[in-house]
Amino acid sequence: MTVQELPGAAAYRPTPPPAWKPITDPAPLLPDPEPYRVLGTDAVADVDPELLLRLHAELVRGRRYNAQATALTKQGRLAVYPSSTGQEACEIAAALVLEERDWLFPSYRDTLAAVARGLDPVEALTLLRGDRHTGYDPREHRIAPLCTPLATQLPHAVGLAHAARLKGDDVVALAMVGDGGTSEGDFHEALNFAAVWKAPVVFFVQNNGFAISVPLAKQTAAPSLAHKAVGYGMPGRLVDGNDAAAVHQVLSEAVARARRGEGPTLVEAVTYRMEAHTNADDATRYRVDSEVEAWKAHDPVRLLERELTERGLLDDTGIEQAKEAAERMAAALRDRMNADPELAPMDLFTHVYAEQTSQLREQATALRAELDAEQDHDEHGPEAGR
Amino acid sequence: MTTAAVTADGRPVKAKPATMAQALGRALRDSMAEDPTVHVLGEDVGTLGGVFRITDGLAEEFGDDRCTDTPLAEAGILGAAVGMAMYGLRPVVEMQFDAFAYPAFEQLMSHVAKMRNRTGGAMPLPITVRVPYGGGIGGVEHHSDSSEAYYMATPGLHVVTPATVDDAYGLLRESIASDDPVVFLEPKRLYWSKADWSPEAPAAVEPIGRAVVRRPGRSATLITYGPSLPVCMEAAEAALAEGWDLEVVDLRSLVPFDDETVAASVRRTGRAVVVHESPGFGGPGGEIAARITERCFHHLEAPVLRVAGFDIPYPPPMLERHHLPGVDRVLDAVARLQWEADS
Repeated sequence: MTVQELPGAAAYRPTPPPAWKPITDPAPLLPDPEPYRVLGTDAVADVDPELLLRLHAELVRGRRYNAQATALTKQGRLAVYPSSTGQEACEIAAALVLEERDWLFPSYRDTLAAVARGLDPVEALTLLRGDRHTGYDPREHRIAPLCTPLATQLPHAVGLAHAARLKGDDVVALAMVGDGGTSEGDFHEALNFAAVWKAPVVFFVQNNGFAISVPLAKQTAAPSLAHKAVGYGMPGRLVDGNDAAAVHQVLSEAVARARRGEGPTLVEAVTYRMEAHTNADDATRYRVDSEVEAWKAHDPVRLLERELTERGLLDDTGIEQAKEAAERMAAALRDRMNADPELAPMDLFTHVYAEQTSQLREQATALRAELDAEQDHDEHGPEAGR
Repeated sequence: MTTAAVTADGRPVKAKPATMAQALGRALRDSMAEDPTVHVLGEDVGTLGGVFRITDGLAEEFGDDRCTDTPLAEAGILGAAVGMAMYGLRPVVEMQFDAFAYPAFEQLMSHVAKMRNRTGGAMPLPITVRVPYGGGIGGVEHHSDSSEAYYMATPGLHVVTPATVDDAYGLLRESIASDDPVVFLEPKRLYWSKADWSPEAPAAVEPIGRAVVRRPGRSATLITYGPSLPVCMEAAEAALAEGWDLEVVDLRSLVPFDDETVAASVRRTGRAVVVHESPGFGGPGGEIAARITERCFHHLEAPVLRVAGFDIPYPPPMLERHHLPGVDRVLDAVARLQWEADS
């Protein structure tokens, strides 16, 4: 081939561009005006009792996990923990609707979803205890690293789902984001890309009322966050985020839709963050007790327990058993977190590039010398090595 | 360090004039043909073939799924590329123009540069971000920025910039094959520079991370890269008339930085001028001058000087010739290298 025959040198005849078809009736894309509910409604009759019991056990465990992790921050074992107490139904459903081959893209608050998906609780906390940022192999668990910047993991979910589909793999990505994250540009770009590419993605917004201290009314003027979907040409679904059965059902439908090749869905779960943003935050500065009390009456664990006991599927013994299992998990977590992680200073340089640059090799040599001097000092006193 | 091109059976290949743009396009094509995981994506890269026609013919040859016209959103493009790389693809992203890459900064800084590190080596991201950069083509505002200092200051990224047709092909091929993310800066005013080049058997090039002495000399070293290399080569020729025999080092890669080649050259010549068109304050030249001073202080006959663009937002096209360092400004700097102290 000569230069004159380089690709594109020949006259290029463009194929006609694809026609853009306007959606003349956006109604099917619009969310219902009220969040969808299952518990306490006739719809619950269609839910497999086994699923309800499993959700219950996981919710109780999740609640206990959140309490234990929060306690660990008070003991100085965790640098920070953004609790999802009150949001367990969202966390658990997100984990349970996915197949093993699917991918979860959690935000920093979604540790519990990662654990419910099967991640080792200690590995899930490496970031938050100040150890290396991601304590697990994302490919092994199909859980992207817990994402600290807001909404930036959403385009990753789109790209991964798109790539999987190009490879012919039947994989769905579920990407989690909070209400504040929906104001970020990456949220917009991710939804737009996903809709245009018809990527098998589900966007799952946990609207927990506040972005640190900023309430939803100062975050958006949209009728609901789920309404944002229609602008991208994808369906928006609004669900009661404290109703585990409802969240599971809506997310399952969205995942199934994605798997069928029908494209992305935006699901907004209306829930409430019972704790502060993190242990570093004082929630009494921006919200009133009466609001928190009102949400306690709509607690996801209590809602499910009431449903199960009323239907005779769960009794006090069953509730006690679930609590005991959760206690055992918490005790094991406590024990394991009591050990200080062993960090190797030289690891600072290990995973910056595939092969260290000469600059990093020089810096590693300098740090090695510092460490050797420290060790010398510790072993042989201040005069050593002089 | 180019070698003569030969065919598979050892016959010399007759090179014909090719442009840097053609060589870049050929590098993309060859990479895609060789490795089915290589995907090109960006705004206008498909049907149009890119605004600079670098991706011309790729969509036709490999299909829309391998060379994809995306919605117009740089963060989304790079963010999607991150996800694609997480799933085992090798995305090559085109940023169209230097200043248009800024919306993607968060993805680049927070994710592309850090994913290997964040995951303890479990999830490297082999992404190539192609950024046509620099001025000299009469572009209107936001089309001529030299953004290399931002990328250089971000650990986890490789920053590569070719100045020759051979390097355009060779370095882009290597960048795509690299398991680390590479910001591949294309000096857009050299897109149409020509060289005798053989697409059938392209010349072997030095790998990423090595600087190359483009012109040996004894009097002083000009250290440069990308768009300023031709300026320095011309200055070196002109300097002969003044009795200065200048060595010209083409960095080729800003990260990793080839301290060895640069220091060896400056130790030989005892004098150094760093030349680039991005603003000097906080720019690459300061870092390079510091590295030289740290390594070669006792060999230096003069302070390391910088010839850079002014510390101004990129000027309008009618004034850019006053901003861009040209041959005269390089020679003026060489003249300031304390020659009298030498005699």
